[in-house]
Amino acid sequence: MAKTVALTGNVACAQAMRQADPDVVAAYPITPQTTIVEEFSTYVANGLVNTEYVTVESEHSAMSASIGASAAGSRVMTATASQGLALMWEELYIASAYRLPIIMHNVNRTLSGPINIHCDHQDSMGARDSGWIQLFCENAQEAYDTTLQAVRIAEDHRVKLPVMVCLDGFIISHAIDRLDILDDDVAAKFVGEFDAPITMLDANNPITVGPFDGLHGSFFEFRRDQELATLGSVPVIEEVGKEYGQISGREYGLFEAYKLDDAEVAIVVLGSAAGTTRVVVDKLRESGIKAGLLKLRSFRPFPAEQIAEALAGVKAVAALDRSLSPGAIGAPLFQEIRSALYDQASRVPVINYIYGLGGRDVSMPNLEQVFNDLSQVAKSGQTGPVIRYLGLKE
Amino acid sequence: MTWDISNIKKWKVGDHPAGVTIPEGGTAHQYKTGGWRSEKPEWFEDRCTHCMICWMFCPDTSIEIKDEKMVGIDFDHCKGCGICAEECPVDAIEMNEEEK
Repeated sequence: MAKTVALTGNVACAQAMRQADPDVVAAYPITPQTTIVEEFSTYVANGLVNTEYVTVESEHSAMSASIGASAAGSRVMTATASQGLALMWEELYIASAYRLPIIMHNVNRTLSGPINIHCDHQDSMGARDSGWIQLFCENAQEAYDTTLQAVRIAEDHRVKLPVMVCLDGFIISHAIDRLDILDDDVAAKFVGEFDAPITMLDANNPITVGPFDGLHGSFFEFRRDQELATLGSVPVIEEVGKEYGQISGREYGLFEAYKLDDAEVAIVVLGSAAGTTRVVVDKLRESGIKAGLLKLRSFRPFPAEQIAEALAGVKAVAALDRSLSPGAIGAPLFQEIRSALYDQASRVPVINYIYGLGGRDVSMPNLEQVFNDLSQVAKSGQTGPVIRYLGLKE
Repeated sequence: MTWDISNIKKWKVGDHPAGVTIPEGGTAHQYKTGGWRSEKPEWFEDRCTHCMICWMFCPDTSIEIKDEKMVGIDFDHCKGCGICAEECPVDAIEMNEEEK
C-alpha cells in the first residue's frame, strides 16, 4: 500500500529518484544545488540504489557527464537550480539534440543580480527553447509523481527527449508537505526497465554521437525534427499521466482545468501559486463570481489548442508569470496564452500579471484583485493596461 | 552497418536518424581536415626514436604507424597544430609554413 508521509519537496523528489534507480547521477554538490542530490547521495552511500554517483566540479560538467552517461546507454538523472541551470546552458541544447532521455529537477529560483536565491521561474523560462520537455509542479506530491512520470516520458521511444521537472524553490522544495509515496515495487514496475535508445558502449555496433554537421547543412532539418519530437510527446505525456492515475489515484494531463466549464474569468498559472488560486476560486464562487483556474503543467510542449478549447467560454483571462522578459510584450506564459487564444473567434482579452519575482509572496488578496480586475474587464469590455505587476511597490 | 550518405544533400525533415546519431563508428576519418593547415609538420626519420610520444599527443589520428613504428603523417587529417613538434623529445618533427 502507498504510504502517507511528510517530506520536503526535495526529499520527495529524491525518493522518486530512489525508486527509479538511475544508473548514473552526475551532480554538482554545492549551492545553488538543492538537497535533492544531497539526500540521494545518502541512498547511494547506504546501498539503497545501484547508482554510480559522480560529483563534478560545476553544473556545466554535471550536464556534460550526464550527456556522456546517457549516450553510453544509462538511465541518468540530475538536479539543479537557478545559476546552476544557467551554467548548463550549452549542454541543455546538446542533450536534447542528441535525444538523450535525461531527467532533471530544476528547483525554480531566480537568476541574480542582485543576489537573490528565492523562487521565480526565470531560470526555466530562459531554457524554454532548449528542446527539453518542461513540466511544472504545484506541490511536493506533484513533484514526486511527476518525477516518476518523467522517466517514462523521457525514455519512451516515441519521445527520446530530456525532461525538466520544475518545482518552486523553497515554497515546494524546502517546505514540508504531506504526500503519498507509492510502494517501491509499484513505482519500479511503473517506470520499468530502461531500454536505451542508443549505447556507445556496444563495441559490436559502433555509432557516432554528436557529429559535425559538416557542410551538408542538415542542421535546419535536425532542429525541425527536434520540434516534431517535442510536439509528438503530447500524447505520451497524456498516456503516462492516465496510467499513473490507475496505480496512484492521481491522474495527470497537460494541464488541470479547475471550475473552468462555466467560468467567466480565469487565471492561468504555473507552479505553486495554483494552490493559492484554487482557494481563491472557491472563495469567489461562494459569492457568486464565476472564477476558474487553468493550471498549466506542460509548458514544453505547450498545448495551445487544448488550452484554447478549455478557455473558449471565458470572458477575460489573466496569465500569471513568475518571470519578466525585459523589452518583450509581456512575460513568456502570457505571450503564449495570448497567442493560443488569438485565433479564436471570441478573441478573449488576456492580461498579463507579473508576480512573485525573487520570491515575493503572492497572497490571496493579490489573486482576488486579479479576479476583480478580470470581472471589470469582462463587464466593461475595456482591457486597460495589458501588462500589470502584482505585489510590486510602484 | 554502413551508412549510405551519398544522397544526404537531398535528405529532408525526418530522413536523418534521431538525435544526429550515425549508425557507424569512426566517421571522422571520412571528413578531411588537412585543408585547415597553415603550418606543416616535417618528419626527420633519421632523428626519430619511435618513442610514440607524437602519436599519443596528436589530437587527431594523424601520426601513421606500422609495426609499432612511426612511418609518416596523414596530411588528409593533420590540421598543423604543431603539438607533435612541441612534444617530440628529439626534435624529429619541425613545423614549416604550408606551401600554397
